[in-house]
Amino acid sequence: MSPYHRPTSLQEALGLLAHPGLSIAAGCTDLFPATGARALRGSVLDITAIAGLRGVTVEGDEFRIGATTTWADILRADLAPGFDMLKQAAREVGSVQIQTSGTLAGNICNASPAADGVPCLLALEAEVEIAALGGTRRVPLAEFITGVRQTALCPGEMVTAILIPRSQTGGESRFLKLGARAYLVISIAMVAARLEIENGHIRAAALAVGACSAVARRLPRQEAALIGARADAGLIERVEAALITPDLAPIDDIRADATYRAEAAVELIRRAVDDLVTRDAEAAA
Amino acid sequence: MNRIFDSLTLTVNGTSVALPVAPGRRLSEVLREDLGLRGTKVGCDAGDCGACTVLIDGAPVCACLTPVAQAAGRAVTTIEGLDMATLQQAFLRHGAAQCGICTPGMLIAAKALLSRVETPTRAEVEEALGGVLCRCTGYSKIIEAILDVATPGGPPPAPAAGHAVGARVERLDGGPKVCGTEIYGADHVPDGALLVRAVRAPDAPMTFSLGDIKAWCAAQAGEVQVFTADDVPGENRFGVLPAFADQPVLADTHVRMRGEAVALVAGVASVIDALDLAEFPVTWHASSESLVHASRADNLLVKGRVARGDLAAGFAAATHLAEGEVSTPYIEHAYIEPEAGVAWLEGDQLVIQACTQAPIMDRDDTARVLGLSPEGVRIIPAAAGGGFGAKLDLTVQPLIGLVTLKTGCPARMVLSRADSMATSTKRHPSKMRARIGADAQGRVTAMEFDGEFNTGAYASWGPTVAGRVPVHASGPFLVPAYLASASARHSFSPISGAFRGFGVPQATILQEVLYDDLAEKTGIDRLAFRRLNALQDGQATVCGQVLQGVGITACLEALQEPWQAALRRAEESNAKGGVMRHGVGIASCWYGCGNTGLANPSTIRLGLTAAGRVSLHQGATDIGQGANTVIPQICADALGLPLAAFDLVGPDTALTPDCGKTSASRQTYVTGKAAWLAGQALRAQILSLSNMGADARLSLTGQTLVVSDGAGERRIDLAALTPGAHGYALMAEETYDPPTTPLDADGQGAPYAVYGYGAQIAEVAVDSVLGTVKVTRITAAHDLGRVINPLLAEGQVEGGVAQGLGLALMEEYIPGRTENLHDYLIPTTGDMPRIDTIFVEVPDPEGPMGAKGLGEHVLIPTAPAILNAIRHATGARITDLPALPHRVLAAIRKARG
Repeated sequence: MSPYHRPTSLQEALGLLAHPGLSIAAGCTDLFPATGARALRGSVLDITAIAGLRGVTVEGDEFRIGATTTWADILRADLAPGFDMLKQAAREVGSVQIQTSGTLAGNICNASPAADGVPCLLALEAEVEIAALGGTRRVPLAEFITGVRQTALCPGEMVTAILIPRSQTGGESRFLKLGARAYLVISIAMVAARLEIENGHIRAAALAVGACSAVARRLPRQEAALIGARADAGLIERVEAALITPDLAPIDDIRADATYRAEAAVELIRRAVDDLVTRDAEAAA
Repeated sequence: MNRIFDSLTLTVNGTSVALPVAPGRRLSEVLREDLGLRGTKVGCDAGDCGACTVLIDGAPVCACLTPVAQAAGRAVTTIEGLDMATLQQAFLRHGAAQCGICTPGMLIAAKALLSRVETPTRAEVEEALGGVLCRCTGYSKIIEAILDVATPGGPPPAPAAGHAVGARVERLDGGPKVCGTEIYGADHVPDGALLVRAVRAPDAPMTFSLGDIKAWCAAQAGEVQVFTADDVPGENRFGVLPAFADQPVLADTHVRMRGEAVALVAGVASVIDALDLAEFPVTWHASSESLVHASRADNLLVKGRVARGDLAAGFAAATHLAEGEVSTPYIEHAYIEPEAGVAWLEGDQLVIQACTQAPIMDRDDTARVLGLSPEGVRIIPAAAGGGFGAKLDLTVQPLIGLVTLKTGCPARMVLSRADSMATSTKRHPSKMRARIGADAQGRVTAMEFDGEFNTGAYASWGPTVAGRVPVHASGPFLVPAYLASASARHSFSPISGAFRGFGVPQATILQEVLYDDLAEKTGIDRLAFRRLNALQDGQATVCGQVLQGVGITACLEALQEPWQAALRRAEESNAKGGVMRHGVGIASCWYGCGNTGLANPSTIRLGLTAAGRVSLHQGATDIGQGANTVIPQICADALGLPLAAFDLVGPDTALTPDCGKTSASRQTYVTGKAAWLAGQALRAQILSLSNMGADARLSLTGQTLVVSDGAGERRIDLAALTPGAHGYALMAEETYDPPTTPLDADGQGAPYAVYGYGAQIAEVAVDSVLGTVKVTRITAAHDLGRVINPLLAEGQVEGGVAQGLGLALMEEYIPGRTENLHDYLIPTTGDMPRIDTIFVEVPDPEGPMGAKGLGEHVLIPTAPAILNAIRHATGARITDLPALPHRVLAAIRKARG
């Protein structure tokens, strides 16, 4: 029988990780579907018993989402409206059962192009805290996921937290997911949008698109085009395919074709942005 | 440090258990196999179906995705520990369990919700259940049951004698389904049972050669036995239609489809589970052959044909012509229970308990393959966790039977979701074209239809599809000139077999889409166009069969007001503008019940015991549709005793006469009629014995049968009567076979004795920018002739609508690519519309108490009604199904030009 380790301290876990060949397990919502077997195969490092890895905390000027924090934990956490998109994504990840077990850190480590959490975390400028016996390092999320099912994690390392600078959590946010059915669905496309509005104008914008490129992408050109504009129903006129699609590289697959994906991404951005500014206007009226 | 668990302690349903168990095992496995808590079901092992939902410290998780180590020290609640009788009663009261395989997961997910929210909203229920798939119910009744949980109480009062038919009787076999005690194919595990797995072809066509199996076995961690085609003692060939039987149980030299089994491995579960079958010694060689079966030129299995009237004259008389093509993909049955079963020996008899729809066919085919006499095999159908047609074909039966025969040990097999999807039969992919002509007044003058149906690697029910399609492609309409053909053609791909409707749902899509074209061209309201052409009593079908009891007009009439209301709703919504476009569509159906022009008898045995109970030997498998309830209801009223006096026996080939297969919407009609005849026959015996008139009332008091009329009463002491051959005080056995005639070369004849009819309205909201479609309401009118059980009949409609919605909008099986339930999408709670069901009763002269079949009819109109509604909303014509968002958007643009 292959060893199954479930340490209670991080130090212990990192010691184990120094030996090669361990699979890191948390919610197991990706590991189990990948095997038809009755049990997890190979040597396993189960990190769910490690004290202090679970939950959302504020440390200094940043939010810390521990590596074993589940989607359900996010839903229950008391967070500012800038996190609404992450909560909305949390409600659309798989099902209630998946949300109970699955973790945000697992979502980014699994590195699926359709990972629902990634666009939201990109729009929050998340960084990934990585630990090894030799110490810890931090990598921006955009650099952490390097390709389809590929990350910057090196042998001996594990993700210990997702860190979000408080400065990037302002404003209100919205997540929109497009799939061919209501629940338990892999996205055709999804977007995360966070807008900070000051004196009726866009002060800051963070937009990201998932499932339309190997790794979810921020949309710097489109964001720039929104900044300074009036935060009203006219804002969507500034959403342009030409500012969005150059950042995307959608593919044809069983769920949709590439052309459709690109167009849908633009439309979803338009709707998310519109929802944020018109909702504000309605609230003010 | 390096803690490697050798024992784990968890609390299951309040009891602390310490288990010597591998910590990385799935909790679902530990619950089922180590603790024997088999109420937790496994449908996918991937978190896609939610059947295995359990609570850990009150939160719902998929037990299949939970390493048991993570449950250590925590409280696990399974269906066996559910303490919510009110919820379980509500499920029964609302008919929320059909096959029951998803029911434990649904109940546990509901429990999690109700623990948080005492009186949830519908939206909250939908979200809480969004992760549990159900393929039978369409979710409506499950959601209603949960919303109604606060209403206390058990079942409604049992109907009095003579009043069972028409009553909303809770399903008689429902108790075990809501308690998790029902035995499905994977749930009975005799001591010493060997586990069987199959080595399967990675692709096709291929030839193969087996390597050093002995050496491979010797290298494994424990004893492994291997069986190949050489071990098959009888004829290594099976198939549901004996004349076309062409499928080996284990391939011998070459394979025709991906997933075909070439060898079996058997041994103790822990050893067999751990095998890496990719290492099995088999060498595959690519093959360039193009003919799937040497004896079938052009890969043509069967071509069906119906021709009537003068086609050229019919089209010449047409003022308007509609032409079109439609293609549909493979559709997977996606029942939540993968095929499973267990075999063992009782003396010389091989006993097989597996999920099935056709016990006698299983018995005979398995016996032939294994070189046994039919009496040498006994089939005890396990509860079927959904069937919809695919469990008509043999699956695990001959494989486990072979292992048991060879080893003398019980043997069980449970297909993985991937193996189930790769190897089970599918709905035929179709490419169809048709043209229909109508005169200036809108009367159809002629129709021509041709369909190519990809029947895959083996015959299965391909000939049936090729036969049924031309008979039904006209729809329930008067078509004086008609030529229809359908070819079932082989390919090296999954087997297309029986799936709810046998090709008729595909053909109806094209016919109903073209009817909308003709309505538009003739300027007639779409519903009125269908009424104008609806078949009437005394008119001949395209097969020349003159029908009585034709209910299509009554169904369309029943939809008249809902149709106007739906059109108004769409118009009002569209007047508001915006990207959402609203539309309404209508489509009809008819469907012949039973085999096409072939005998398909059912026999019912009914006995009165010395103790004063009625034993109903009911051999029709209940795969969730309700035969275990509906057949007794009919029988009870024929006999004149209350339903509560009945005990069900079977199905079991040792105990029940042949009731044929559960397919072709035949059980309520054919077996129901046999049950009616048996009830009447037993009643006649009783009346004769008591010398009472036909109107006498029967009742049972203990072992005394009381027969009374206005004039007096007779009492028969059942214990005093000499028991007959089957040990009953009184017994009747009756057989019914539908009076049909075979079709001639032009498809003329009387293929079915009874038809059922229906029509549905679909209302949709289409996002004209994203191409997404939300079905907002289905109004379904179905002619059942006589509604035996409204509760169960509604469940059939709602479930059929769900499958029709999936067919229209999301389902597409791609071999090797969608062999799971996250790439192959079926509707979830959040995809289902409101469904308004209207039952129409136009009695059939032949059916029991006028009853007609329903099971397949209900899904036929849904997809075309939805497609017609999308077109009404946006102009988009979808010709390649499913109507995925990108296809809808492209079609919208095409329509706009």
